[in-house]
Amino acid sequence: MSAHSGTAELPGLGTTLARGGGGPAPVRIVVAYGFWIFLLSDIIMFSALFASYAVLSGQTNGGPSGHDLFELRHVGIETLCLLFSSYTCGLGLLAVARRRMSGFYLCFALTFALGATFLGLELSEFVGLVARGAGPSRSAFLSAFFSLVGLHGLHVTAGLLWLSFMVAQIAVRGPRDFVRRRLLCFSLFWHALDIIWVALLTLVYLMGAR
Amino acid sequence: MAEENAGESTAADKAPGTDDGSHSGSLASYTIGLAFALLLTGASFLVSQTNLLWSPGVPAGLAVLAIAQMGVHLVFFLHISTGPDNTNNVLALAFGVLIVTLIVAGSLWIMANLNANMIPASAVMEMLR
Repeated sequence: MSAHSGTAELPGLGTTLARGGGGPAPVRIVVAYGFWIFLLSDIIMFSALFASYAVLSGQTNGGPSGHDLFELRHVGIETLCLLFSSYTCGLGLLAVARRRMSGFYLCFALTFALGATFLGLELSEFVGLVARGAGPSRSAFLSAFFSLVGLHGLHVTAGLLWLSFMVAQIAVRGPRDFVRRRLLCFSLFWHALDIIWVALLTLVYLMGAR
Repeated sequence: MAEENAGESTAADKAPGTDDGSHSGSLASYTIGLAFALLLTGASFLVSQTNLLWSPGVPAGLAVLAIAQMGVHLVFFLHISTGPDNTNNVLALAFGVLIVTLIVAGSLWIMANLNANMIPASAVMEMLR
């Protein structure tokens, strides 16, 4: 490795030299690694709720089951919102890397709009369920449903707040390295929420609605 | 403007450990990822809503599609790769997957076992009445 790395522009510098004798890894790599550990711990917290949902999903206590409650068209639109918001978030990061700031603002405005649409759809679903008497206190199934889907919704809310802060930081501080590292962490968070949503969509909605 | 040029200096201008301004993603990778994700999501909805699959096999089919889609997200959006910069990320991911599997599969196993060893539900219902 180090013999090969000596052929780069200057020994000891740059991302290709980050292992072994090449000196410390770039801050970007270290920061992303630390944030990735946080994301994994977050996913482990979700896994506990997934486990409780999987155990309790049949315990409807005579109340409505997922088959009676879930509207897949609604859920499909939510999924599309999240997928496209992940895409625009990634495009926003690319725009910052190329110093195209108007492109960044456009992409992140779209990301925010799609995330907010997702949140609005989810809230309207929750309100509709509670109005139908299928609130979280109705059955163990619905308690597990609301805590699992609600926690994901809370994460999306936190993500939207974070997104707003990041846009403000870019506007005030410019695309400096430390701001871009925070932006990278935000994008990791936003993409990880998508992964959790895929599991949620499959286990809760698609399997529950059958 | 100094800020505008912050990431455009060459590697030789930087101390070890500072950013080089590179980014692992590209427009192509995000677009491919989105296309795969849409395809897999569509397939999941199709499988769950039609009789395309043998119906007892549908949960397994959905699980496979979901795991495939998570892989797509990891590779194309989160840029978890097999590159040398990513070794630590991959190891942490492997550990996370182990813990998640233990929690989910273990909970289901234990609860199913408890359920199987309990007095039949109908008898409990009789007692509660």
